[in-house]
Amino acid sequence: MRDELLEEHQKLAELARREEIRPPQSSKAVLPWMKANLFSTWYNSLLTLVALGFLLLVFKGFLTWAFTGAKWSVIPANLQLFAVGSYPREQIWRVWGVVYILSVLLGLSAGMWGGLVLRFALVLGGVWFIGVLLPFEFSTRGGFLGAVVAIAAALFLGRGRTSFRPWILGGWLLSFPLIIVVLRGFGENGVLTSNWGGLLLTLILAIVGIVASFPLGVFLALCRQSSLPAIRWVSTAYIETVRGVPLITILFMGNVLIPIFMPDVDINQVLRMMLGITLFSAAYMAENVRGGLQGILRGQQEAAQAVGLNYVQTMLFIVLPQALRAVIPAIVGQFIALFKDTSLVSIIGLIDLLGVAKSVIANPDWLGLQAEVYLFAAVIYFIFSYSMSYVSQKIETALGVGNT
Amino acid sequence: MENNSPLNALSGKIPFWRDIRVLRILFQVAFLLGVILLLVILYTNMLKGLRGLGLTLNLNFLQNEAGFNLSEGISYEPSDTYLKAFWVGIVNTLKVGIIGIICATLLGIFFGIARLSSNWLIRTIATAYVECFRNIPLLLQILFWYTAVVGQLPKVKESFSLFGGVFINNRGIYLPSPEPTSGMKIWIGFLGVGLLLAVILYVVRWRKLQQLDRPGFRAKWALPAFLIVALCGWFLTPMFTTIENSGKHWPLTLDLPILQGFNFQGGMRFSPEFSALLIALSVYTSAFIAEVVRSGIQAVVKGQREAARAIGLNEAQTLRLIVLPQAVPIIVPPLTSQYLNLAKNSSLAVAIGFPDLFGVGNTIMAQTGQSIPVFAMIMVSYLVMSLTTSAAMNWYNRWINRIGR
Repeated sequence: MRDELLEEHQKLAELARREEIRPPQSSKAVLPWMKANLFSTWYNSLLTLVALGFLLLVFKGFLTWAFTGAKWSVIPANLQLFAVGSYPREQIWRVWGVVYILSVLLGLSAGMWGGLVLRFALVLGGVWFIGVLLPFEFSTRGGFLGAVVAIAAALFLGRGRTSFRPWILGGWLLSFPLIIVVLRGFGENGVLTSNWGGLLLTLILAIVGIVASFPLGVFLALCRQSSLPAIRWVSTAYIETVRGVPLITILFMGNVLIPIFMPDVDINQVLRMMLGITLFSAAYMAENVRGGLQGILRGQQEAAQAVGLNYVQTMLFIVLPQALRAVIPAIVGQFIALFKDTSLVSIIGLIDLLGVAKSVIANPDWLGLQAEVYLFAAVIYFIFSYSMSYVSQKIETALGVGNT
Repeated sequence: MENNSPLNALSGKIPFWRDIRVLRILFQVAFLLGVILLLVILYTNMLKGLRGLGLTLNLNFLQNEAGFNLSEGISYEPSDTYLKAFWVGIVNTLKVGIIGIICATLLGIFFGIARLSSNWLIRTIATAYVECFRNIPLLLQILFWYTAVVGQLPKVKESFSLFGGVFINNRGIYLPSPEPTSGMKIWIGFLGVGLLLAVILYVVRWRKLQQLDRPGFRAKWALPAFLIVALCGWFLTPMFTTIENSGKHWPLTLDLPILQGFNFQGGMRFSPEFSALLIALSVYTSAFIAEVVRSGIQAVVKGQREAARAIGLNEAQTLRLIVLPQAVPIIVPPLTSQYLNLAKNSSLAVAIGFPDLFGVGNTIMAQTGQSIPVFAMIMVSYLVMSLTTSAAMNWYNRWINRIGR
């Protein structure tokens, strides 16, 4: 019996080697594909036809408008406004400084890590290159060309030098305060935060919010899981209160109440908004992290204590790495939500990307162009949000989340 | 050695500043004191700040005359109090929240299922819809719908009309509204009888299914019975009303909007602000709900579906008896948080001037300068809404889990 089976198996293996019983190759031909994916049954055929009709109607209307009705000239005319708002023209070199710092750092990292970082650097290089092609002033296009060259040069410089990785990580950490300082400058000679605007302000608010709310959220989550009731209660009360109210109330409160509660401290509006966004997002972040913490088996913590790690070491080296890995999708989802939520500062009166869009529409030179301007802003927001979710999916696959 | 018990020896040796039990309590007391100290500092600062502004902290101002007009909502006059104005705002928030939740759920289920379609085109359209609307800020979408779509609608004289009863123009969307007539009472009687019959049939069928020990649709008899009675009642009602009054009356008539002078009269009106807010909130939230529905259905292991088909259940039975009971408990918790998000996001109405809870609160604050009490009222209102919804959903979740397991 066993011999028979073995023989049978060998026969099958032989057949497989001769490619006679390989699984059928999925057909790449157009007609079979359409049959399988569009017209498999009568109701699928009907659905396909209805959907095609709908698409035709929508696209015809949209394309007719986009190519004949729409006045896209409003976009190139205000491109600098969209990018940096009312940032003073004679100080624009500060923004270029930031562009170059980031380009060089990203190029070096891409060279050393490769993979996803490399792809990211190539995309950024592509974006700068589009800047070269667009009808900007000559100096602006030169700046973009320089940035492309900077990325490429840094990429070649960093290629294979894996021993420098810790330095680059340190550089990224340092770049954050450095960028703020470069953008702000010092005292009267610098650029007041009230002059920050456009996409620049949106990105600053989002990055500060993400960088600040993540550790705060982790801290709040740990507090909520604490064995000390007083800390647990205070943390829970904070998280639930913040999650129960809309962000806009918190931003308004920051705007109206901080001057009342702290009359002696002068906090400018951009900082107040950063504070509001961070405190709001931290509560959501805490709930996401808590979800991950609850998934970690109790034994992990006990084992860590048994080998002599203290609380901080246990959390830092044993619990958090596992907990955070499990909730990467939720955390990135929260980052995307935060990025989109920065648009709310335009209600308070800051001129972020959406604020610029609103002010361009209100400009008498460009009356009645709401659709064009808002669509342009929407595309920019979409590109950033979508690439964040794309990166998160790639990280998930790289770390094998969901496969364990 | 007087003390030979090891426990006594230990407890005698540990000084209280190294006893973990004492330390825990001390640490918590210190922490609470710190929190209280912070609150006290903020409170004194607040009193100082308020004195600087010449305000006192009480709620008496709520009884004063509001004096401002609200563009829509339940009946309200500028001579009413601030409290009444705030109440109008709460009702407006609830209105947009509840209608929005219904629309978002329907759209979300539709697109969530469409994303799992075997039809490539349908699947792709649904994916494009979801990715598009959830990656663009809601505020931008609200402004887009308000200024670029609803704001560009034709004037009253040139309104779009659908089926002769629906009119769409830049003053809003006008719909026919059902109005009860004198026949309504009789029809309600019919509905009552139908409901009674339906309950009886439901219980009878339930018992029968239990006896047979077979799966089946419990409302299979009750539902048609109720519909038949309701329909018969609808057509019989005019006969009864002719005896009482002059003329025949259906239980409900449609109050059609009619162009009179410069505007439409009668029917139901959705203002441009309300329409834009409702569309934006529904579409935005539906993209998230679609993802929730899709992942919930996908979370049911494929083998379950195949096994159900293998033991001879048909497609509909598989969905009802195998897939949905397992998918719904997965879907409900994230669905709840989407509903809460929608309710909270409705506060963005302030950007287009819809008088919701936050918008009215904002106006009151601007008029009276009483920012702290008004903020407290706004926050308490939202918290009550959030906590009630999540309590209701938790209860539902427990109920569904009890049935599912």
